[in-house]
Amino acid sequence: MSDPSWLQTTWWLLVGVLFTGYAILDGFDLGTGALYLLAKRDAHRQTMLRAIGPVWDGNEVWLITGGGALFAAFPMAYATAFSGFYLALILLLFMLIFRAVSIEVRSAREGKLWRGFWDGAFAVSSTLAPLIMGVALGNIALGVPLTADHEYYGNLFAQLNPYSLLVGVTTVALFMMHGSIYLVLKTPGELNARIRTWVRPTIIFFILMYVITTIATLLYVPHMAEPFKHSPWLFIVPLLSVLAIANVPREIHHNREWRAFLSSCFAIVFLMALYGIGMFPEMIHATIPAHSLTAMNASSSEKTLTVMLIIAAIGMPLVIAYTIAIYYVFRGKVEVDEQGRPLGAGY
Amino acid sequence: MDAEILARVQFAFTIGFHYIYPPISIGLGIVLVVMEGIYLKTRDPLYLQLTKFWTKIFGLVFAIGVATGIVMEFQFGTNWSNYSRYVGDVFGSALAAEGVFAFFLESGFLAIVLFGWEKVKPGWHWFSTWMVMLGSHFSAIWIVVANSWMQTPAGYHIVETPTGPRAEITDFWAVVFNPSTVDRLSHVFMGAWQAGAWFVLSVSAYYVLKRRHVDFARASMRIAFVLAVVASLGQLVTGHDSGVKIAETQPAKLAAFEGVFAEQQPGADLTIAGWVDEERGETRSFAIPGMLSWLVHGDVNEPITGLNAFPRDEWPPVNLSFQLYHIMIAIGVLLIVFALLGGILAWMRRLSRQRWLLWIIVFAVLLPQIANQVGWAAAEVGRQPWIVYGLMKTADGLSPTVSGGAVLASLILFTLIYLGLFVMFIALLDRKIRRGPGDIEQFVRAGRRA
Ligand code: HDD
Ligand code: HEM
Ligand code: HEM
Repeated sequence: MSDPSWLQTTWWLLVGVLFTGYAILDGFDLGTGALYLLAKRDAHRQTMLRAIGPVWDGNEVWLITGGGALFAAFPMAYATAFSGFYLALILLLFMLIFRAVSIEVRSAREGKLWRGFWDGAFAVSSTLAPLIMGVALGNIALGVPLTADHEYYGNLFAQLNPYSLLVGVTTVALFMMHGSIYLVLKTPGELNARIRTWVRPTIIFFILMYVITTIATLLYVPHMAEPFKHSPWLFIVPLLSVLAIANVPREIHHNREWRAFLSSCFAIVFLMALYGIGMFPEMIHATIPAHSLTAMNASSSEKTLTVMLIIAAIGMPLVIAYTIAIYYVFRGKVEVDEQGRPLGAGY
Repeated sequence: MDAEILARVQFAFTIGFHYIYPPISIGLGIVLVVMEGIYLKTRDPLYLQLTKFWTKIFGLVFAIGVATGIVMEFQFGTNWSNYSRYVGDVFGSALAAEGVFAFFLESGFLAIVLFGWEKVKPGWHWFSTWMVMLGSHFSAIWIVVANSWMQTPAGYHIVETPTGPRAEITDFWAVVFNPSTVDRLSHVFMGAWQAGAWFVLSVSAYYVLKRRHVDFARASMRIAFVLAVVASLGQLVTGHDSGVKIAETQPAKLAAFEGVFAEQQPGADLTIAGWVDEERGETRSFAIPGMLSWLVHGDVNEPITGLNAFPRDEWPPVNLSFQLYHIMIAIGVLLIVFALLGGILAWMRRLSRQRWLLWIIVFAVLLPQIANQVGWAAAEVGRQPWIVYGLMKTADGLSPTVSGGAVLASLILFTLIYLGLFVMFIALLDRKIRRGPGDIEQFVRAGRRA
């Protein structure tokens, strides 16, 4: 097999960066949704929604742009993955629709039934969405049956294999942890005190899943472990991810909420790097490895990759600049009234 | 049922549903920039009231636009994987650029527009409104670039790869400015501005008729009428340009739009309305003699290429294209009349007494919506049987791995969910409109505090 060109490598990495950005940013608002029903009071739920209200849509754009970049840079992988995972993907889309709508309309009317319905929709969709994403990641790593021209006759039931489900649950656990830490950062008062008690259980849940998944990967997906055999220094990456997670309770204990959140972000970066190291330069692992889709055989032409690189070089610094500006504008805790309801205009 | 038909129905249904909302956002964005600008200049609390009310409506419309847009981004891969493989090299870049240059801008600054009133200075808030407005225009730019490339491909060559041929970019700017981009984009903008303007006009006319929030409604109408007049006239101009461009680049489509059969038709008529009998190759219509030749070539006698010049299996569904196209044109003319009539009466301050016209305006909100839908449909149906004009047939673009059953399942679910969404959208909109913009006193106070 030939090696990828530097352009192909760069785009392989950039698509990874976009999905990592997505995991860090949408991760906390998906996690917020997964934990949402633990808050019982209406005022608390409103505050949680407000904590993600101004930013969740921008966060989701990382996924959309990641999808667009995948289409442009690796159309073969985009086409095979999305048609192969057809039903799973459609399900994911429905979850994203329900989520978007529930955030927007949940507080638009009073009624118990109305709010109860949308609260349920928000929680379920926020949990199922990362589950499906994790299951897809699991399948792509485990290997799917691709034909010689890279077609994937996917079947939802085959995709729900134990290993992939494990990766799915781990993803949910990761986002729950990340979301709880974000909420500690963003919520005030009584709600904050409650959410602090969620942090430790979610960390424990995640670590547990992480350990099981790692063992399962070593046993059943040996090709993911190959790079570590060749270059043992790479073990620093999983080590760093564990250290970053272990740092979270310490920071929370010292009331350094912002640093706790940053720690959690780094944990996600290292986990994504871990996945990336295991996969490179593949994009979809095939049960017959010669049929796998890789940075080489899935990519667009050099010309397109170059054009896209220019687009990214102009666009992404702008995006990052005003994303930071907007997070800065909405820094600090959600402001609430005496009943604990968020203040000001909004949903 | 046949996977192809199902995939086409699903695509048309989901894009059609998505396309209800973005045009309103694009047009309303302009209205918001103007309202807030006037407020900043005059500090008249009335304009703060206007800005805040229409911003709330904007938020709702935008939310549904986003929820339905995500589906579109992934549907090329799910349902049209062979298409994606064939053109991804070219088409994907435009879609990715839309994410980078448009969606981030819109969604980011919308946060400040909706939640940032107390968090940033008024000038920065206005700046954010500008960014949201520009962002929504940018997304139209990139998506129309992508779609126009499918209509009039340029700047590419076909390359053999181990898994078959595919189109690759040779000249990025030729892709972006392919022959139909500018005409179609300007026409889409006008359609979107009309959607926004008539939306505002409709709600305001309703308030005037019910004698509620009358000052608010009049001020909204003044701004929206200017936009409606400009856009309805612009629609005609840009639409004409599109027509001339089609004559050159997609003659089979123009022939279908106008129901011209003869291989070369000298002195072709401009049809106003009619019916096409595809079997017999006849068009019965009211028409202006020689007008089509004149519009396209500036000479009533120049010939127009008709359908018989093309092999039968490269004809689009003729009568369908014809009807869709003519509904759009008819609405375009009606909207010019309503915009001018209403605009002039409003300017003379005599509109409130013309209740019949106000009622027309209330319902006219549907007209740009219908025209936008049938306009797209005409453009797309008229392109058939090609998915990329002259390069790839629609039937060859399908996902070979996705069964008809799977598409049927997703289509049923999409239909149910979208119907639910639509009902809910209307109910929430109705609620916001009934509640109205709130008491002007509260904006007087808010203005003093700021
Ligand atoms: C408010 C909406 C609206 C209105 C009133 C009109 N149109 Fe339109 N038209 C559209 C909304 C639209 C659209 C949805 O924006 C389309 C579909 C695809 C596109 O490029 O623009 C379109 C397409 C479209 C096309 C086909 C372009 C192509 O196939 O590439 C032509 C020739 C016209 N229009 C011409 C007109 C004329 C002469 C009008 C008379 C005033 C008119 N349109 C009114
Ligand atoms: C197949 C074609 C299309 C795709 C793939 C697509 C994709 C999307 C996506 C993913 C979003 C959500 C972005 C977010 O989360 O902020 C969106 C919203 C939007 N789209 Fe589309 N879209 C398509 C067609 C169109 C067309 C034809 C227009 C206008 C001419 C348009 C204009 C917009 C605008 C303005 C928004 C912001 C939401 C709103 O204003 O309602 N899109 N689109
Ligand atoms: C990029 C922006 C695009 C927009 C906004 C758009 C819009 C539309 C609309 C409104 C229709 C409805 C036509 C009808 O009712 O029959 C339609 C039809 C259709 N579109 Fe597009 N389209 C776009 C691009 C595409 C792409 C990329 C594909 C395929 C991958 C596609 C394939 C189709 C097909 C197959 C139909 C059905 C046509 C027929 O049945 O004759 N379109 N499109």
